[in-house]
Amino acid sequence: MRVLLHAVPWLAAIAAYFLMPERLPLLSSIAIAALFTVSLDLIVGYAGVVTLGQAAFFGAGAYTAGLLAQNGWGEPLSGLLAAAAVAAVLGLVTAPLVLRSGALAGLMVTLGLGLMLYEAANKAAAITGGADGLQGVEVWPVLGVFRFDLYGQTAYLYSLAVLFVLFWLAKLIVASPYGLSLRGINGNPRRAPALGVPVKTRLTVAYALAAAYAGVAGALLAQTTAFVSLDALSFQRSADGLLMLVLGGLGSLYGALIGAAAFTLAHHALSEASPIFWQFWLGIALIALALYGRGGLMGLLRKLMPRGAGS
Amino acid sequence: MSGPALQTQGLTRRFGAFTAVDKVSLSVAAGARHALIGPNGAGKTTFVNLLSGAIPATAGSVALLGEDVTAAPQHARVRRGLARTFQVNQLFAELSPREAVVLAVSERAGAGGTWWRPVSSMPALRREADALLDLVRFPIAGRDGRTGSLAYGRQRLLEIALALAMKPRVLLLDEPAAGVPPAESREVLEAVSALPRDVAVLLIEHDMDLVFRFAERITVLAQGAVLADGEPGAIARDPRVKEAYLGTMEIGHG
Repeated sequence: MRVLLHAVPWLAAIAAYFLMPERLPLLSSIAIAALFTVSLDLIVGYAGVVTLGQAAFFGAGAYTAGLLAQNGWGEPLSGLLAAAAVAAVLGLVTAPLVLRSGALAGLMVTLGLGLMLYEAANKAAAITGGADGLQGVEVWPVLGVFRFDLYGQTAYLYSLAVLFVLFWLAKLIVASPYGLSLRGINGNPRRAPALGVPVKTRLTVAYALAAAYAGVAGALLAQTTAFVSLDALSFQRSADGLLMLVLGGLGSLYGALIGAAAFTLAHHALSEASPIFWQFWLGIALIALALYGRGGLMGLLRKLMPRGAGS
Repeated sequence: MSGPALQTQGLTRRFGAFTAVDKVSLSVAAGARHALIGPNGAGKTTFVNLLSGAIPATAGSVALLGEDVTAAPQHARVRRGLARTFQVNQLFAELSPREAVVLAVSERAGAGGTWWRPVSSMPALRREADALLDLVRFPIAGRDGRTGSLAYGRQRLLEIALALAMKPRVLLLDEPAAGVPPAESREVLEAVSALPRDVAVLLIEHDMDLVFRFAERITVLAQGAVLADGEPGAIARDPRVKEAYLGTMEIGHG
């Protein structure tokens, strides 16, 4: 029973591939958004560090992979690794600033770093292409075999496979003693040190790990669309990621998947119906969830499922 | 192990002109059952904070297992074998009691940084956590619930189990019965009397019932200084102690 439940999202993702062959770019964007939301869940949901600047790492990863491919190294997997490494280092360097003071100050620091990186990329047009975006990104076939095709088949399956692997790695990490210590820090940051938990170190590692995840998500976007725009670094992306996380349910990795899928699909459907008005409906959905659905969509699902099945 | 487990010499703490703890010299023997009592404002809490390293001393020294730790920070004292419980519950509301103790055990065992395997694949952690919960008589039924919704007395038991997970040589129990409704206080009392004998316990408590049942030695603090120190019987008969409490509280039961 439990095993079947764990398979549901992945079976649905594969079914979607066959059922909606003309919607593959949308499906890819869901997979990428899901990975970005998982990264936010690690740092916000589990470690309890709130950030408004996660797009900085997404963008750093996107530009890393994009620039590599633009300058003659289009091998996708090593591109992902490079993006993860650059984002992780950026996370390690900025973590002391973010974790130094209270929650609100940390929030402002993440916001400030995000804005700075956006402006820096905008000004460094010679390298990044500035507002025109990074052109001429040429990505080689995945594993030397699977070419990125016009319909987005490879793009989707590649994104899905990366999401699958990193999702289960995240599952392992949150179930480990390290993950338990993050939940402990999140629950009571003043008591944790009395149990011998080195709070600063643990949070710094979590921040860098979440940064690496966001970096890989950004790299996937760059590689599958063969393009990087300033959008990758935008505040809107950070905010959307948080909305997906809250929508799906904080502190539940499945919630991150569900939230990303629901948000992206709703965005798509509602903005086709009325391009400007969709945020109105999003607002209503968020207020309803905040008032009645603590735990987001995942919390609702848990209530609907038979007892003991949804953990 | 012949020397005292915990010893202070002339320990003093001033806050401006006010002397909260005044040249207190106290010796807690290895494996002792020692209680520290005193009327409100006697400086008990400040004294515990000096022992645990939460605040620095103005003068005097603290020695733990024969080693001077006066300058050592809190976590270093924990590592050398000094654990404490907190007067106001400081627990992890969203974790289950079992998860919280597993967390404490894994940190003490140096496994807290392990990220490559799930807790569920490390049965030794869970076994030790369960043994600790057994030790404080924490009922099996409540171990997987939310800590935040536990009865107050149960939270006190968990608090003690978390301190024991540090494998302390000296345990400071800061008012374990405070705020516990009478119906649950027996559970806490039983847990305290079942503490392992190789751990020296310093009990700071208002509840005289608990003190006289538990302690083999009592130190009375008044106005920051040691007023009396001795066996429970002698303390109960001491007229100075009675006077310090101004007759507002009955001392002892014989």
